[in-house]
Amino acid sequence: MTTPQTATAERSFWIGFTILAALILLVLPLMLDVFRLNLVGRYLTYAFVAVGLVLCWGYGGILSLGQGVFFGLGGYCLAMFLKLESSTPEATAIQSTPGIPDFMDWNQITALPWFWEPFKSLPVALIAIVVVPAVFAYVIGVAMFKRRVGGVYFAIITQAIAAIMTILIIGQQGYTGGINGITDLRTLLGWDIRTDSAKTILYFVNALLLLATLVLARWILTSRLGRILVAMRGKEDRVRFSGYSVANFKIFVFCVAAAMSGIGGAMFTLQFGFMSPSFVGIVPSIEMVIFAAVGGRLSILGAVYGALIVNWAKSIFSEAFPELWLLAMGGLFIAVVMAFPNGLAGLYSVYVAPMLPRIRAWAMSTRGLPARDTDGQISKPGVTHAR
Amino acid sequence: MFEGYTLGEIGSIFAMQGFAGLILFSVFVLMALGLAIIFGQMGVINMAHGEFMILGAYVTFVTSNVFADSMPALFGGYFFVAMVLAFFIAAGVGAFVEWAMIRHLYHRPLDTLLATWGLSLILQQIFRSVFGAREVGVTLPDWLMGSFGLTDLIEVPINGLFVMALTLLISFVVYLILFRSRWGSQSRAVVQNRAMAGAVGIDTGRMDRLTFALGCGIAGVAGSAFTMIGSTGPTAGQLYIVDTFLVVVFGGAQSLLGTIASAFVISQSQSTMEFFLSGSMAKVLTLLTVVVILMLRPQGLFSLKLRR
Amino acid sequence: MHASKDKDFALAIEGLTVSFDGFKAVDDLSLYVDDNEIRVIIGPNGAGKTTVLDLICGRTKADAGSIVFKGKDLTKMKENQIVQAGVGRFFQNPSVYEDLTVYENLELSYPRGRSVFGSLFFRPDAALVERVTAVAETIFLADHLQDIAGELSHGQKQWLEIGMLLVQDPALMMLDEPVAGMSVSERRQTAELLHQIIQDRSVIVVEHDMSFVADIAHRVTVMHQGSVLSEGSMQHVQSDARVKEVYLGH
Repeated sequence: MTTPQTATAERSFWIGFTILAALILLVLPLMLDVFRLNLVGRYLTYAFVAVGLVLCWGYGGILSLGQGVFFGLGGYCLAMFLKLESSTPEATAIQSTPGIPDFMDWNQITALPWFWEPFKSLPVALIAIVVVPAVFAYVIGVAMFKRRVGGVYFAIITQAIAAIMTILIIGQQGYTGGINGITDLRTLLGWDIRTDSAKTILYFVNALLLLATLVLARWILTSRLGRILVAMRGKEDRVRFSGYSVANFKIFVFCVAAAMSGIGGAMFTLQFGFMSPSFVGIVPSIEMVIFAAVGGRLSILGAVYGALIVNWAKSIFSEAFPELWLLAMGGLFIAVVMAFPNGLAGLYSVYVAPMLPRIRAWAMSTRGLPARDTDGQISKPGVTHAR
Repeated sequence: MFEGYTLGEIGSIFAMQGFAGLILFSVFVLMALGLAIIFGQMGVINMAHGEFMILGAYVTFVTSNVFADSMPALFGGYFFVAMVLAFFIAAGVGAFVEWAMIRHLYHRPLDTLLATWGLSLILQQIFRSVFGAREVGVTLPDWLMGSFGLTDLIEVPINGLFVMALTLLISFVVYLILFRSRWGSQSRAVVQNRAMAGAVGIDTGRMDRLTFALGCGIAGVAGSAFTMIGSTGPTAGQLYIVDTFLVVVFGGAQSLLGTIASAFVISQSQSTMEFFLSGSMAKVLTLLTVVVILMLRPQGLFSLKLRR
Repeated sequence: MHASKDKDFALAIEGLTVSFDGFKAVDDLSLYVDDNEIRVIIGPNGAGKTTVLDLICGRTKADAGSIVFKGKDLTKMKENQIVQAGVGRFFQNPSVYEDLTVYENLELSYPRGRSVFGSLFFRPDAALVERVTAVAETIFLADHLQDIAGELSHGQKQWLEIGMLLVQDPALMMLDEPVAGMSVSERRQTAELLHQIIQDRSVIVVEHDMSFVADIAHRVTVMHQGSVLSEGSMQHVQSDARVKEVYLGH
């Protein structure tokens, strides 16, 4: 059944989507040089994580403080393939064991570890980018949600997992590249990814993948599953007594968020030629939450803007006043929670959206057309339906 | 990992690392007590708890410098003054934070978590601006230096014993406050039924503020103890918040004894494993074990079956 | 008491026991409900009435005993599986999805597409729309289908919840004090609604309002301290001396 509200929401989403697509596919590429565009590409890889967080935190009520783990897993999966590709016996002839990644050789490892073997194949690596984070999330999700662990417990456990993961990656440098990560990645199937033209192409691949992710997220949220998530957030028990397995829905949405983060991580690896534990730990993981919070935890489009704006501000600030950035970031966390719980999307629906009908009416009347009847809906804070 | 050691040596190593873990244990207990009191009463996780500890550590650092500069004769006693100051300063800041921020965020525990994380970033920057990014160390008074030799192999550090005795004393005082005082019974009434407690005339807002202040104050004391095992830097507190929360949950959030027992288990296993493995792998193994156990038994080690 | 065993009951509870922290809330309770029977459970506060409902619908796990519904043992099942087996529950406080519209509230109760992927690919068909529209008529909310449920009045929320149960169409319906806290006029309207929804299914009602009980009950079970004190027709339990002692006579 199509109702006036869903029709309006549907239309305004696609308008917003088109504007965003125009921004990242046309406006930014035309305005920025390759270096800056590459930076925007970096922010857009975080947007994958932020969109996932809108699904699992905003809609599912599951605050994960470990999304960096999934970003890292996706990134490492691709980095392992790229590293193996560049570690040919010829290129590594000076090593004591040629044909294995350089950092392994430095750590006196003489054979490729078993878990590196599958990553000789690109299809396997590509599948792993999505499957490895999702399976890891599934294991965590089953263990936690089936036992009805949620809320702050879940948040802290995921944070602990982020901490463990970082220490593990840094500690096992013979297998992971340690604190430097996997670096010096040059080619994808022989195609040099370090040239300007490659960077531009990868930017567009990244942007298109993000738009596809948004469409997928939108599809999930407008399905019955999306409504169940909204219902669960307020009345988990009631959903159970409508015959739904709350745990399964949480596990699903957590896995989807993890898979999206994995894609983001892989795109990061591809655009910047490295992946390191500095994207995995506690601090980067919680910063990813703030991207979603600033954009609006209930708005997948907002999440993209949140990732763009926060990271853009971060690079400006930390170039100019590095000591102020931490204060600004701290203030942002507090402000977004206390003053703007629905973020930019919330501000938009409270202040901007109500003006749109008037602007449209004004535009119509100046052109001598009769003002069309608008549905006169005013969005309220708190029940924002910006999906 | 035990290869190359005789049984007697292994016993001694365990004993020595065990004593070495005492200060870590004390820091864990004090941190966890504060966190558990706040979490138990208000359902709030204070992500800035580590920064309150570091605040206490800086207070201790400043106090020791003041004593060394202006009254060196009394230097042996500075630690006691520092502890009291650390408690009250951290508690004061805590009360202010509760008033300005936390009380507006009840019923939104996840949001409180993010907001207190923001607070922790701000506090870190303030520490950095005031005390510099370099880590600072505190000179111990003579009577806390050195160690007893129990056997040829086993040595017990005096500062460890002192801090542990202090921790047990503070835990006992907290127990008295929570379970034997009028304030404690009111606090527990608020935990069980906030609306009802308000209806019978308990000022729940004031209870929350005092509880938060008490928890932060104890973290401040933990900071004093912390100066004995590590150097104090602006971000040192961040490393402890996850461990501490795991201690709280692992022990079962409602149980004081459980908190102490789990702090003991976690600090000792970490300290013992550090001898055999690298420090980071010891930490991974400890955290991983705790996380796996929590996944199997989310209610923690000590908890009651309650009607939902 | 009825001679049992040779008969198939819709719901057969035997030896049900649960304790909270040492306190036995339900103690060796046995209860049998027929198809299409309307059973009312009464008893003083703390008798364990709501706990019995919690046990049946899986919210609380039993320490001992069995709850067999249409040949399935509910004690081993999860809440959502129990619902899928055909047990519906009406809560003491109206419990609707405040952020969703009335239509969406009703639609979510439609007993299809309940698995993760089932719900992901679920597309409402004509039967669903028809059912939801019909139910909305019944619960006086046909004009409010697009309203956000959180903005309804207390009575309307209660009706909506009844409507959600109607869409769910359970074979066993449990109502916990359905008319508690209502004004006289709301109570009358709700009583009418309840009369409609309790047709063609087994119903267990926990209620204090004696006139309402006398009105709907086929049989009455009186609980006291976690066990059955008396059972039978309204007249039967009202004339039971023990019941008078603990409950009616004060």
